[in-house]
Amino acid sequence: MSDFEPTIVAFFCNWCTYTAADLAGTSRLSYPHNIRIIRVMCTGMVDPQYIIKAFLEGADGVLVSGCRPGDCHYINGNYKARRRIKLLKEILPQFGFDQQRLRLTWIGASDGIHLAEIMRTFAGQIKALGPSQTKLKMVI
Amino acid sequence: MTITARIDMREQNPLEALQQFFAGILKLEDITAILVPQRLPTKNTIMPTLVTDASFLERVDPLAPSFPMNAARIASRLTRKPMGGKVAAVLRPCEIRAFIELVKLKQARREDILLISVDCLGALQNREYSKFAEQNGTESTLRFYKNVIGGNINEMEGVEFATACKACEYPVSENADIQIGLYGMKAGESILVKSQTEAGDHILKKMNLSEINEPPSRQDAIKTLISQRTGYRDEMFVKTREASDNLDKMTAYFSSCVNCYNCRVACPVCYCKECVFVTDVFNHDPYQYLQWATRKGIIKMPTDTLFYHITRLAHMSTACVGCGQCSNACPNDIPLMELFRTIAHKTQKIFEYEAGRSLDEKPPLSEFREDEFKEVVGID
Repeated sequence: MSDFEPTIVAFFCNWCTYTAADLAGTSRLSYPHNIRIIRVMCTGMVDPQYIIKAFLEGADGVLVSGCRPGDCHYINGNYKARRRIKLLKEILPQFGFDQQRLRLTWIGASDGIHLAEIMRTFAGQIKALGPSQTKLKMVI
Repeated sequence: MTITARIDMREQNPLEALQQFFAGILKLEDITAILVPQRLPTKNTIMPTLVTDASFLERVDPLAPSFPMNAARIASRLTRKPMGGKVAAVLRPCEIRAFIELVKLKQARREDILLISVDCLGALQNREYSKFAEQNGTESTLRFYKNVIGGNINEMEGVEFATACKACEYPVSENADIQIGLYGMKAGESILVKSQTEAGDHILKKMNLSEINEPPSRQDAIKTLISQRTGYRDEMFVKTREASDNLDKMTAYFSSCVNCYNCRVACPVCYCKECVFVTDVFNHDPYQYLQWATRKGIIKMPTDTLFYHITRLAHMSTACVGCGQCSNACPNDIPLMELFRTIAHKTQKIFEYEAGRSLDEKPPLSEFREDEFKEVVGID
């Protein structure tokens, strides 16, 4: 399926990764258009249900990205996010989701270049994995 | 100091011995009320009752194979604020474990409650129980007691126990203040009473019971029982994993779900006052359904079934005590407990957590460490 273009939902924290995405934009860096960014105030507010919903609605990949350890605007939201991602990486594979489809990264506000690289790598990996089953089939 | 004592039965009747013991506790100054399962006078139904007058303990029956609800919820209602007295609660081990989870989730308080657990003999599914106890409730409980203590731990007169009970490796509570022992005691002769905390000691000291040493046969009997149950549980895990390991199988697993959310209502640890799934967030606009249907040409109604179940797994599986009330509450007999326990076993393991084990361990999603799970971060 060479013409497959994945849909990737990305939850970016307002203070670091979203700012990095802004920086990438103002620096005229390009990254794949497959990524739909949702700005959240902190990765610590990304309830597992948002990620589950994204997958069940047919997202091929979900990326959660926040501040580097120690940089969280709310002190420890990113550590809480890490536990939730760990939890989901344990639950979702049981139902046949490849755990590579769910990723967590830390990207600082000044890392525009890094952000563009990560986006390219992730989009490439998801493209290689092929479309998610939830995209092709009816989900009850 | 632990106090271990024996209570002898009259006419081989453990219910009468328990009734006397509970009456004794209720008469103590320290205890204002007792929460205990009783057979209701009008029908052969067992329900938790809150009793302040010892003369109303005649129909006490914590041994019946009836488990209509997880009474941890009731205990939480009674203790969420000071009640102006102390209540003794007679609970099953899984109810105590759920209660401990609720205390940690700030839905109950441990201060005004004395936890008493009776060794759990297991239970039948709700509708099986009403058939089983139709004729003579009390007499059926005595038959059941002898059956289980005699070693028959999976079925009673041709009726299988609830799967949750067959797979339960916690038949004896380690966290109760007072443990009432049946396993490893001679059936029809005596029961064991043992304090496991200071509060338990304090109560038993006042009761002038005949102290004994715990018979060695008891620990052996418990060990054998747990290993049988664990074996059954592990087989169940394998079967359940196999039955749910891709999207098609998940769809089949939940195909008869009608989104009634009874499993959430019956779950003792699903504590949100307002679950997101019953809020306006899920009161979608009519055009939204049409849009969804147009995308793939078809959607199943009602929608969001898998979304609900997987979200509940993410929200609650680390607190799941495996009581099986979700399966009991399902109108369409979906094996919910099996799936919940299978996932919960894994999710509790990754956080080195066990629901209901200890008040000192924080719920896994309410804490974190700086140095952990580095493998989930980053994209190479």
